[in-house]
Amino acid sequence: MHVTAPAARKAAVVTTPFRMTGGRVTLDGREVLRGIDLTVTEGEVVAVLGANGSGKSTLVRALLGLLPLSAGTGELYGVPPARFRQWWRVGYVPQRLSVGGGVPATVREVVASGRIARQSRLRPTSAADRAAVAHALAEVGLSDRARDPVQALSGGQQQRVLIARALAGEPDLFVLDEPTAGVDADSQRMLAHTLTGLVRQGRTVVLVAHELGPLEPLITRAVVLRHGAVVHDGPPPAAVGTHALPGHDHVHPHAHGEVEGPLPGWSDASLGSRTENLDR
Amino acid sequence: MIDLLSRDFMRYALIAAVLVGLTAPAVGTFIVQRRLALLGDGIGHVALTGVALGFLTGSAPVLTAVVVAALGAVAIELVRARGRTSGDVALALLFYGGLAGGVMLIYLTPGGSTASLNSYLFGAITSVTQQDVWVIGALAVLVLGVLAVFGRELFVLCQDEEMARASGLPTRFLGLLIAVVAAVTVVVAMRAVGLLLVSALMVVPVATSQQLTRSFRATLGLSMLFGTMATVGGLTSSFYVDVPSGATIVLLALAGFGVALGVGRFVRRSRTRESTP
Ligand SMILES: Nc1ncnc2c1ncn2[C@@H]1O[C@H](COP(=O)(O)OP(=O)(O)O)[C@@H](O)[C@H]1O
Ligand SMILES: [Mg+2]
Repeated sequence: MHVTAPAARKAAVVTTPFRMTGGRVTLDGREVLRGIDLTVTEGEVVAVLGANGSGKSTLVRALLGLLPLSAGTGELYGVPPARFRQWWRVGYVPQRLSVGGGVPATVREVVASGRIARQSRLRPTSAADRAAVAHALAEVGLSDRARDPVQALSGGQQQRVLIARALAGEPDLFVLDEPTAGVDADSQRMLAHTLTGLVRQGRTVVLVAHELGPLEPLITRAVVLRHGAVVHDGPPPAAVGTHALPGHDHVHPHAHGEVEGPLPGWSDASLGSRTENLDR
Repeated sequence: MIDLLSRDFMRYALIAAVLVGLTAPAVGTFIVQRRLALLGDGIGHVALTGVALGFLTGSAPVLTAVVVAALGAVAIELVRARGRTSGDVALALLFYGGLAGGVMLIYLTPGGSTASLNSYLFGAITSVTQQDVWVIGALAVLVLGVLAVFGRELFVLCQDEEMARASGLPTRFLGLLIAVVAAVTVVVAMRAVGLLLVSALMVVPVATSQQLTRSFRATLGLSMLFGTMATVGGLTSSFYVDVPSGATIVLLALAGFGVALGVGRFVRRSRTRESTP
């Protein structure tokens, strides 16, 4: 699917998908995020962990500029969200119980809407659009349901539709808010497989999760929130149990030897800065 | 049918019926998708104040209605987007304000009485003049043109507003656009079914086609077909039998919904039977 490397990576400069300094968010008079400092560099696979209500969703929404900061600054690829124009670089999978809308829409229609940032107003749907949508559907194993109304799908399948919608936009940065919550084991494995592919291509992933499950081996960094503040930022917590699972692939993107092959163009500079980031 | 078309007023009425039958459900599909099915009702009540303002100032009620309805729609959208007051309470406030404002303004109009509002409240499609047809036609073209140009973006907005924002769409502009388009539609449909029944024509054909369709696109197309069948059918019946056109149109649309409900159940049941091994 992604034959061409994301433009930014061709440049020797390391790009920074997310940067937040002293970010505070107040909702209904309550401070939900209390001074967040967070930088995510390209190619990182960051898990945002924390209890319910600790502010995980608020954090990713603020990072994307969907919520205003009451103090501090945020940047998307080096630009404040309000002035950011390259939205095709971002794929967001919001935390949803179901795909919304009061009118039936087919799986294909919803997935195709993930292309919107790459389409211009008066141009009809292109062959590239259709190919990307077909690929995204195949990736999540829903090709045979493309013509069914999303409302007829199970919760786990609807979650896959939302993931396919983000995939269809072929973004450089994936932000997934609890894609594994309430999802069957099958869908979890599918997600792990999809994310493995994205990580191999050097894409940046920010993943909100309650527990990592089969996604654990992919994670290069964990950010743990408690009461709207970062209480841990560094290597993911040691996995207990997950490694014992049968069929568990040891794909550790942060181990040099394993990634160098499938990742042409991943310069030493970006790896270096990633390590720096981990050590911080 | 021949004697029906031989009358000028009937020809104008038929053109108006087709235009209204196409536009109201088309906009309605997006509104229902956005889960704002009652938006048309809110705007309809506000438009009444606009109509009365036309009487009071001696200007064309359709024009004042468009302006006031559009302002009302913008107000509803702004309140909804800020999310402070709950959307349905804001809508309810506008219902009452619009209705009371209209009645008050008519009372202040020299020689005006609430009776003069009747044709706007309940519709009088056979009183449509040639000039009205031009106005309705222009507004209908405007509405359908906006949907054609912005349809793809409006679909994303109405389906998932947060996703629309994270895709860089101008969500504030699009939200106001669909609200104003709905206001224009209400005024277009006002002459056919009346302000109190406008929303029915925006919502019922959509609910009807939902029973039979799987895609947004098909729902949109089919609702326009059902809408036109209801307006043309209602108008024709009211020509042959002495019944009010607006109410007939809405009752026909509701009857269509009843039929589709039954057919849809049947179709879905046979589909599941097919697909179960
Ligand atoms: N729209 C809102 N208005 C007021 N409070 C909110 C809103 N959304 C979330 N909150 C509060 O903010 C806190 C963090 O919410 P959230 O970011 O959704 O947590 P998480 O995703 O970690 O479960 C919670 O205490 C929640 O009640
Ligand atoms: Mg959450």
